[in-house]
Amino acid sequence: MSKWEEIKKQIVESPVWQAIFRHGYDDTPRNRVLMVSGNVWLHLHPSKVRRHGVRLKFTWCMGGITFLMFLITVVTGVYLMFYYRPVAEYAYADMKYLEFDMPFGMLMRNMHRWAAHAMVIAVWLHMFRVFMTGSYKPPREFNWVVGVILLVLTLLLSFTGYLLPWDQLSIWAVTVGSNMARAMPVLGHEGPFAEFAGVNAVYDARALLFGGGEIGPHTLLRFYILHCIFFPLVTTLLLIVHFWRIRRDGLSGPAL
Amino acid sequence: MAESKQIKTLVDVGKAVPQVSDGGRVEKTLLRAKGPGDDKIHTWPHLVRAEFLCFLAVLAFMLVWSLLVDAPLEQPAAPTRTPNPSKAPWYFLGLQEILVFFDPWHAGVVLPSFIIVGLMVLPFIDINPKGNGYFCYADRKWEILTFFGGFHVLWIVLIVVGTFLRGPGWNWFWPWEVWDSHKVVAMSNVDLPYLFGFRDYTLSALFGLAVVAGYFVLGTALMYWLIVRAKGREFMERWGTARFGLTSFLFLNMIAVVIKLIMRMGFNIKYIMVTPWINI
Repeated sequence: MSKWEEIKKQIVESPVWQAIFRHGYDDTPRNRVLMVSGNVWLHLHPSKVRRHGVRLKFTWCMGGITFLMFLITVVTGVYLMFYYRPVAEYAYADMKYLEFDMPFGMLMRNMHRWAAHAMVIAVWLHMFRVFMTGSYKPPREFNWVVGVILLVLTLLLSFTGYLLPWDQLSIWAVTVGSNMARAMPVLGHEGPFAEFAGVNAVYDARALLFGGGEIGPHTLLRFYILHCIFFPLVTTLLLIVHFWRIRRDGLSGPAL
Repeated sequence: MAESKQIKTLVDVGKAVPQVSDGGRVEKTLLRAKGPGDDKIHTWPHLVRAEFLCFLAVLAFMLVWSLLVDAPLEQPAAPTRTPNPSKAPWYFLGLQEILVFFDPWHAGVVLPSFIIVGLMVLPFIDINPKGNGYFCYADRKWEILTFFGGFHVLWIVLIVVGTFLRGPGWNWFWPWEVWDSHKVVAMSNVDLPYLFGFRDYTLSALFGLAVVAGYFVLGTALMYWLIVRAKGREFMERWGTARFGLTSFLFLNMIAVVIKLIMRMGFNIKYIMVTPWINI
């Protein structure tokens, strides 16, 4: 036994190492199961999957890519939050500060934005793939419903983030995009039957979203909190359900 | 040694099932242990490896994309300076585009709700047991055609039109045309009741209501007839009234978008039904 192997043995057999890592990398069936079931992150997978479920041409890896995009936006988003203040006077200046002064600021902002766009595309393709393989059929019906809610949350996350740069592109895109709240029947002041509910421009569904009759400082703060706290939390909770369900039901596949 | 015992077993298995050649040696042990019908393989390393490689490739792609293309940042927000055109984020441009054909409460609230509800009820209205877990067109022709038409054709085409072909005043501009904000477009749209000679408000509204109601009643009857013809009466009984009703209602709403689009673009018809409260 060489010196290095002896040192390795001492480390691996030390009580500290044994307390952290409960099994090694031996390529045994038992250990392969333990690698997944004994790891909090990997145990989102079942410990065994059907052979076709691993193939790229079956899964397109689109659900995984959607999740990866979510993770990229979480990591880059936290970085952006260090420098960005959701206050009308500062927000735009902070964007410039981020782009020109902060180390990797522009890269982090680019990755955050492109990952958000890519997440929308990936989640659509994931839905298309799941549809094409009929994977929403029993017993996975409810997981499809959860997936539809996650699709809506993806759009809402992207939409609320759209306002935060506080430039012309963002406020007018959000103005147009949220006009639908103003047009809601009964609840929006420009929707049908608005007069019966007594809503007006500063007291309707859009005013609730905006914190006032039009986009202003309150809207920025509201969208910031929705974007950075509320929607990520709800999305994470539903992702847990989504992953848990597919783990319990298994990947769909042709009958054996 | 435990290690050498392990290898000995695996070699034996390899001899026992020589026809299973792809994949690792341990899978052969499992195949023999559970019988020929079981095609499961270990997540570690097979799935985890595939995911890891995919993640690395996508991450590298995102990094290159972010290094090459900067995210847009325009002038500071100015609530008094409205750009023309003002466009929603690209993924909502399909909805903004159908504002050309429907009022905001319809295009922005009712239709998106129908899309979301329609997607959610999909697993419950589709009772075809075939095509679960594999790609196959022949087993699910109608389901796939509907989804493809609604999602890939309608939704994506509307987004492309809204993103690339709409300029100032939400007027149509081809990519090679200059965006002229003074473009004059004849507003020669009329409402359907007017086209049919109705000049009285009440009669116009009643006529419009009759057309809309007639569309759904006749459309549902036609769908019933077509489905019975294509799939047989036995299928319709199994499918049930609730599933059929929901499917045909949502399907007719989707087709109505196409009909309204053709009426507006081809025949300059603005509304089918006009009332003081809602227009369709």
